[in-house]
Amino acid sequence: MYNWNWPVLWSLTSDGATSYLGTLFLGLKWTLVVGLTAWVFALVLGAVVGVARTFQGGWLARAADAYVEVLRSIPLIVQMFLWFYVAPDLLPGAMAAAVKAWDKYNVLAAIICLALFTSARVAEQVRAGIQSIPSGQSFAARALGMETAQLYRHVLLPVGLRKILPALTNEFLNIIKNTSVAFTIAVVELMAATRSMQETTFQIFEAFTAATLIYLAVNLLVVRLMNGIERKLEVPGLSIRQAS
Amino acid sequence: MNKLRQLFLGASVALIATGTAQAQALTGTLARIKETGEIRVGHRDVSVPFSYLTDDGKPIGFFMDICSRVVDTIKADLKQDVKVALRPVTLSTQIPLLQNQGVDIVCGPATNTVERQKQVAFSNTLYVSSIRAVVRRDSGINKFADLNDKTVSLTAASTSINLLTKFEQEKKFETKKLTNPDHAQSFLMFSTGRAQAFVMDDILLASMVANSAKPADFKLLDEALRVEPYGLVMRKDDPQFKAAVDKTLANLVRTGEYQKLYAKWFESAIPPKNVNLNFPMTQALKSALANPNDKGIE
Repeated sequence: MYNWNWPVLWSLTSDGATSYLGTLFLGLKWTLVVGLTAWVFALVLGAVVGVARTFQGGWLARAADAYVEVLRSIPLIVQMFLWFYVAPDLLPGAMAAAVKAWDKYNVLAAIICLALFTSARVAEQVRAGIQSIPSGQSFAARALGMETAQLYRHVLLPVGLRKILPALTNEFLNIIKNTSVAFTIAVVELMAATRSMQETTFQIFEAFTAATLIYLAVNLLVVRLMNGIERKLEVPGLSIRQAS
Repeated sequence: MNKLRQLFLGASVALIATGTAQAQALTGTLARIKETGEIRVGHRDVSVPFSYLTDDGKPIGFFMDICSRVVDTIKADLKQDVKVALRPVTLSTQIPLLQNQGVDIVCGPATNTVERQKQVAFSNTLYVSSIRAVVRRDSGINKFADLNDKTVSLTAASTSINLLTKFEQEKKFETKKLTNPDHAQSFLMFSTGRAQAFVMDDILLASMVANSAKPADFKLLDEALRVEPYGLVMRKDDPQFKAAVDKTLANLVRTGEYQKLYAKWFESAIPPKNVNLNFPMTQALKSALANPNDKGIE
């Protein structure tokens, strides 16, 4: 019944500029722009908030706590809408109008949204990594005369971050996949490009098969990259990898 | 092998021949409807006034009325009662649902294009829209070229995207395009000032304007990018079912019932807000009805 038509992928779209596969790769470009930019910010923010989460009491720890709970408890798509439709109205009048009129604000909104959403998850990983270090190491560092900053800089962070690398790989994969939510605020990333192709040609299975393979290829690359980083940073005796 | 095939061919020809001689054997969708006593009708959710949901979730609309006439025809032809199973479909789910027999016909607005005809069949044209733009009344925009350097809201995968791009190349101007996943989003982008225009089928624009908070703030440009024929979407290679649908359309037009239904949905107050779209029949629609055809556009 279904009329399979794989060559449709190479055929030109009606504007004649590129093939349908070409439009998918244009979509992929925005997926990567949004995903990778957001990932960098998510890592930095997540590390800061995660460290704050390990403090015993104090306003910083409470603020970090609130940050994580709010961001991880609201559905991603809702956050996407809030950043795009509501956030600009919180700015002063002239600025709000300028932001709304800017045709690339949706990309920025998607990056902010994904960066914050993912940073909350990264923060939890960082906290878990640090708290999994036996307290003896902290005591030893204190006995050597280290200040709190030095303790984090030389002992807790280097060990803790290495422990959570596999978990961070997960988050990296997630952020790439989560970019697909950005199509709801009109970012023409891979998902949007796929739907667009499907609408024009009605060849839904070809379109989604191609998109699936592209997502898979990108994420396999991410996995390899993260494995490489893990191996590079490995310190004998600190690794959680199985000795082989 | 060849002999076998000949034998098989001969047998099937004989079968078909006897079938036609008796009453014409039912094939495809009609055969399934007869067997299961059920026709599966796909409807949309916000395509006013063609196919949309009332506040209590019941699908209504111009095309829904026409589809119920199609069901009447099929009941009469099969001489048996047929249950109607209503299924919500979206732009993304309609093709898989058609293929797996989840729906038999999609009673929502769909532009009949040559490219889509490779995958599905369209009924004869039962509505014609034109691609136009809605702008703010006080914007000073009176034709497409006035949109130069402005942001235009579009719905992903709608034909308007490429049409606008081509038109821009011809007329040497350029717009920034925002593509949204659905019409409601596109209109929101436009009405909240994120875009200065929304380019789409005129009737959909008219209904969104009529249902907006301040209809007087908006106006449609007279200029049109293209005229588009709408058809009901069905499975390909199902001639008996398509014939039943087309026959119903022809009867509706001949008896004047089509015109009455048109007046009901386009020229009088309709739910949910009791707004009148005030959208008389266009010349393009009248000529399509006068010359029934299922030709798609490029």
